[in-house]
Amino acid sequence: MPQPERENYLNKHYGVWSWLLTTDHKRIALLYLISITFFFFIGGFFALLIRLELLTPAGDLVQADTYNKLFTMHGMVMVFFFLIPSIPAVLGNFLVPMMIGAKDLAFPRINLLSWYLYIIGGVMMLHCMLTGGVDTGWTFYAPFATNFTNTKIVEAALAIFVAGFSSILTGLNFVVTIHRMRAPGMTWSRLPLFIWAHYATSIIQLLGTPVIAVTIVLVACERALHLGIFDPKLGGDPLLFQHLFWFYSHPAVYIMILPAMGVVTEIIACFSRKRIFGYSFVAFSSIAIAVFGFLVWAHHMFVAGMSVYAALVFSLLSYAVAVPSAIKVFNWTATLYKGSIHYDAPMLYAFGFLGLFTIGGLTGLFLAALGINVHVTDTYFVVAHFHYIMVGGAVMGYLGGMHFWWPKISGKLYPEGWARLAALIVFIGFNLTFFPQFLLGYMGMPRRYYDYSHMPEFQILNVLSTAGATVLGVGYLLPMIYFLWSMRYGKPAPDNPWNAAGLEWKTPSPPPTFNFDEEPVVTWEAYNYEQLDAPSKEEVPVAR
Amino acid sequence: MPDSSAATGLHAEAHNPALLHHFAEPQQQRDAASLGMWVFLATEVMFFGGLFCAYLIYRRLYFGDFAAASKTINMGLGATNTAVLICSSLTVVLAVWAAQTARRTLLITSLIITMLLGLVFLGIKGIEYREKFVEHHVPGASFSFDKVPIPGHPGQYADPHHAQLFFSLYFVMTGLHALHMIIGLGIFLWLLIMAWKGRFTPEWHTPVEIGGLYWHFVDIIWIYLFPLLYLIDRHP
Amino acid sequence: MSEHESAKSPLKGYFAVWIALLVGTGVTVYAATLDLAPYNAAVALGIATIKATLVTLFFMHVWHASEKLTKLVVIGALFFLLLLLGLTMTDFATRGWS
Repeated sequence: MPQPERENYLNKHYGVWSWLLTTDHKRIALLYLISITFFFFIGGFFALLIRLELLTPAGDLVQADTYNKLFTMHGMVMVFFFLIPSIPAVLGNFLVPMMIGAKDLAFPRINLLSWYLYIIGGVMMLHCMLTGGVDTGWTFYAPFATNFTNTKIVEAALAIFVAGFSSILTGLNFVVTIHRMRAPGMTWSRLPLFIWAHYATSIIQLLGTPVIAVTIVLVACERALHLGIFDPKLGGDPLLFQHLFWFYSHPAVYIMILPAMGVVTEIIACFSRKRIFGYSFVAFSSIAIAVFGFLVWAHHMFVAGMSVYAALVFSLLSYAVAVPSAIKVFNWTATLYKGSIHYDAPMLYAFGFLGLFTIGGLTGLFLAALGINVHVTDTYFVVAHFHYIMVGGAVMGYLGGMHFWWPKISGKLYPEGWARLAALIVFIGFNLTFFPQFLLGYMGMPRRYYDYSHMPEFQILNVLSTAGATVLGVGYLLPMIYFLWSMRYGKPAPDNPWNAAGLEWKTPSPPPTFNFDEEPVVTWEAYNYEQLDAPSKEEVPVAR
Repeated sequence: MPDSSAATGLHAEAHNPALLHHFAEPQQQRDAASLGMWVFLATEVMFFGGLFCAYLIYRRLYFGDFAAASKTINMGLGATNTAVLICSSLTVVLAVWAAQTARRTLLITSLIITMLLGLVFLGIKGIEYREKFVEHHVPGASFSFDKVPIPGHPGQYADPHHAQLFFSLYFVMTGLHALHMIIGLGIFLWLLIMAWKGRFTPEWHTPVEIGGLYWHFVDIIWIYLFPLLYLIDRHP
Repeated sequence: MSEHESAKSPLKGYFAVWIALLVGTGVTVYAATLDLAPYNAAVALGIATIKATLVTLFFMHVWHASEKLTKLVVIGALFFLLLLLGLTMTDFATRGWS
């Protein structure tokens, strides 16, 4: 006879309202999961159209204005409605309280508000897209966005404004939770590095997002009320817009990558059965990335007309910001060394992350050099660089994390064979899509152009890129299918299928609503894999 | 066996209706609320910071024109408003003290006076805005700023374009500040209702404290806005 | 915030700060009417900073804050604000250099 299902956060209450009015961080994480997946499809759809247009040199699929809208909407949706929320809002929301031994985040109702703000912003963005969209590029530079375009800037900007508040409140919740709600014995040096990464991410969300919020207010005022802060006719400076825009948007890319780094750290430790090499270095690197990330924004503006002396300063600082990221890569590598490596799907994504993030990061250094930047700025070289980090890095981290914690989240095991296949397809598809773009950019193909018939020799690489995008799409679809499949037909998951370290694995899969029946008391260091792999020994706290 | 009074104290804490389920004890909840408000204020610093950045850049670039424009806004009203907000900060701090020391009447009175001062502030702001409207200093189609001399440079007139930049920033910065005041009034109205119902005790009056923090922050923004906008050059 | 009340009433301190703030406002208005050439802005901002500091330390209770974290949040916010202002100025202040 089937056993009665143990009460957990999924089955505790039924009905739509028990989900829409929930304050349980785990349910809110799932609400986010559904919403961001929806926007991922939308952003992906625009990407598909872009790649279809670029199959041929002539601009023959869509008109120029339409193409401008396609890459704009692709960027805005992917950045603001997929990448920035993704790991923090889904995995962070689910795991942060559990990893520190808390029953929930510090402000559960604000957490729900965050989700509603995200939805409202998303609906506004959808409406904007359906009624004409925006054609300025996701960067909506003045004066084109403020004075010349006829597209729906104000609506798109306000949608991002609202979504930005969602991001700020999530960051606020995480910071207060991590400071105030750690279980007894969970000192800062025992925290999983996933928590350190999310703490650093939250600092960026808190301090950066308000600046783009106020910039959006200025743009909206300029368009709606003709206030003219960036209007050159009034003595305004379009570069001021770019400074204010990039002050947030550069740290934003660290919002996108830091959580993925946190995921990768957890996965690498678990699937090499070793504690992370250089825990403090990795922890402080996360904070360093968050701080240094605020010092480099004008490297997006080297050729925009700013002072060359400022450019020198920002170029130098951009080299500095690479250091903490490199430290992390070294520490992950050192963790792998002499580890007992298991090639489960999460680990495949982590390996993919390591290689692709490194390539993306190194090409960032090329771009940070003024001499090279002048030649490759606004070409596909830049496009490839940031997709290597955002897709090859952040999305791989997201997928790896979804696989790693799926048993905990759903109580089911996903099919491992299919998952490894999907990971491979994603890796191949990704490289086929974006490596040619490095070459294209270096050879001079400009970005945001729908027609490259002046250089038809670009076509072969574009065709390869589009083919890769198709493969990548298949690779993304597979997990969506088998995760859904597993919810009904998957094998029930044990509490700790990976024998992983971390408080979240000490709860049932799926966990009860309040996570822990009794408040845990932590007496062991993080990543205590030697103890986990030697169960015959007494659990002895390892002195640091 | 635990001392009976201590046990009673523990029970009182455990049954405190304000203690939310995910917190282990009231002190943790209080600390979380306080940290949450401080962190929120940090985000507000950056929010206004973007505007201060724009203002500082243009003021440096177009100092004379900004000085001329600044001279046309009503310093007397601005200074009065500064005093009004300073007094309201005092009444806020008295309200918090009253809540801490179980002085219900003083708490309610302080909250009411704070709100009245806030309304006075907004009223004076409205008068200023109206003055600007009448003088055609509101940016837009009807903006005009002809033949306004640059202070300290006899014979030179301010560039109306740059003056319009000043007024754009003036309206956005003071407007955003006023919006925050209005929100503050809403928060204090809620605090007043709660205080009237007797919900605040010396053990639990967190909303008064964190509402107070918000109000003080709005005051600090104005402390900077006043000299920056109104006092560029007031040499007679 | 935490429960410890100081033994003496804080009221005297609050009123003292209040008077100081009002005096500071008067001084800053007066100073604006003087011709201090390049230092007008510095004086005005300096007085404003003193006033803001008084409000933060005494009205917002940061001076007596038991948590170092509160002070860290305040300093952190100011640090990032100064980053925004300062690094942006590296562009605008050096544009004219040949």
